[in-house]
Amino acid sequence: MTCTEFLQLLDDLIDDAVSTTLRSEVEQHLQKCGHCEVVFNTTRKTIEIYRCHEIYELPADLRERLHTAIMDRCRRSC
Amino acid sequence: MSTIQSIAGQNEQHPDVALVERVKAGDVSAYDELVRKYERQIFRIAQHITQNREDAEDVMQDAFLKAYEKLDQFQGNAKFYTWLVRIAVNESLMRLRKRRTGKMVSIDEDLKTEEGSVPRDFADWAPNPEQNYNQSELAGILRKTIQGLPHGFRVVFALRDVEGLSTEETAETLGLSVPAVKSRLLRARLQLRERLSRYFKRKTAPTAQHGAPSGIDGALAQPKGN
Repeated sequence: MTCTEFLQLLDDLIDDAVSTTLRSEVEQHLQKCGHCEVVFNTTRKTIEIYRCHEIYELPADLRERLHTAIMDRCRRSC
Repeated sequence: MSTIQSIAGQNEQHPDVALVERVKAGDVSAYDELVRKYERQIFRIAQHITQNREDAEDVMQDAFLKAYEKLDQFQGNAKFYTWLVRIAVNESLMRLRKRRTGKMVSIDEDLKTEEGSVPRDFADWAPNPEQNYNQSELAGILRKTIQGLPHGFRVVFALRDVEGLSTEETAETLGLSVPAVKSRLLRARLQLRERLSRYFKRKTAPTAQHGAPSGIDGALAQPKGN
C-alpha cells in the first residue's frame, strides 16, 4: 500500500468502514510509515476533540428563554 | 456506504415517530418534548453556519416554528431530526444572505482552495493535547480553527462529525451527492488536523521534518468525486 492509497482510505478507516483484509494492509503500511501513522492518529483525535467539547454552549438561561419563546410562537400559530 | 446509525435504524421505529404523530393530532406538549430534545443541536448547527450568536438564536426559533407549521408535510420515511436539520440549514443560509445584503449564499462557495488537502505537518501530537489548555482556551482554539474553514467544508464537518449524521443524511440535508460529502469531509478533517497541529504538537518534537515524503505529497491534490 502506498501513502496515496492510504490517504484515499482515511475517511473509511476513521469511520470503521473497511474490510478486515484492507485494514490489515493498512496496519502493515502504518508500521512502516510514521508520517501516515501520525496523520491517521491526529485526524482521529481532531474528530474526537470536536465531538467531545462543546464549542457553542447554549447556557441554561438562554436555552429556557428560547424554548419558551418557541413554544409560545407555536401555540399562537395553532 | 452505510453507517452504523443507518443500519441500526432500519427496522425499528424511531421514538420521534410517536411524538410527531401526537403533535399532528394536536398535542402541543409532544412538540415541547421534541424541541427540548433537539434545541441544543439546532443551536449549534446554526452557530456553525452563521458564526453569529444572535443569528443562531433567531434561526433556532424560526426553524422550530417552521417545522411545527409544516409538520403535515413531513413524511414518516425520513427521520424527524434530519428533516429539522434541513430546515435549520436553510434558515441559516437565508440569515447569512440577509447579513450579506442579499448576496447569494450557498454551501458551494469558497471551495476552490487546495489548502490543507495534502498533509504537510507530520509532527506527532502530545498525549491528550487538549489537557494542556483550560476549557475556555480550548473552546477558543477549536472555534477559531473551525471558523477558518471554507463554509462548505465547515457545514459538512459539523453535521457529519460533530452532530453525528450519516454521510447519506448529510448529503440529503445539504442537497449534495454522497461523493461530494465524502470529498468535503476528508478535506475538512485534514485541514482541521493541520491547523490544530500548531497548538497540539509535542513541544519537544525535533524540527528536522522538512518537506513531505514523496508518496504522500500531492496525494490529494486532485480531490475525487466532487
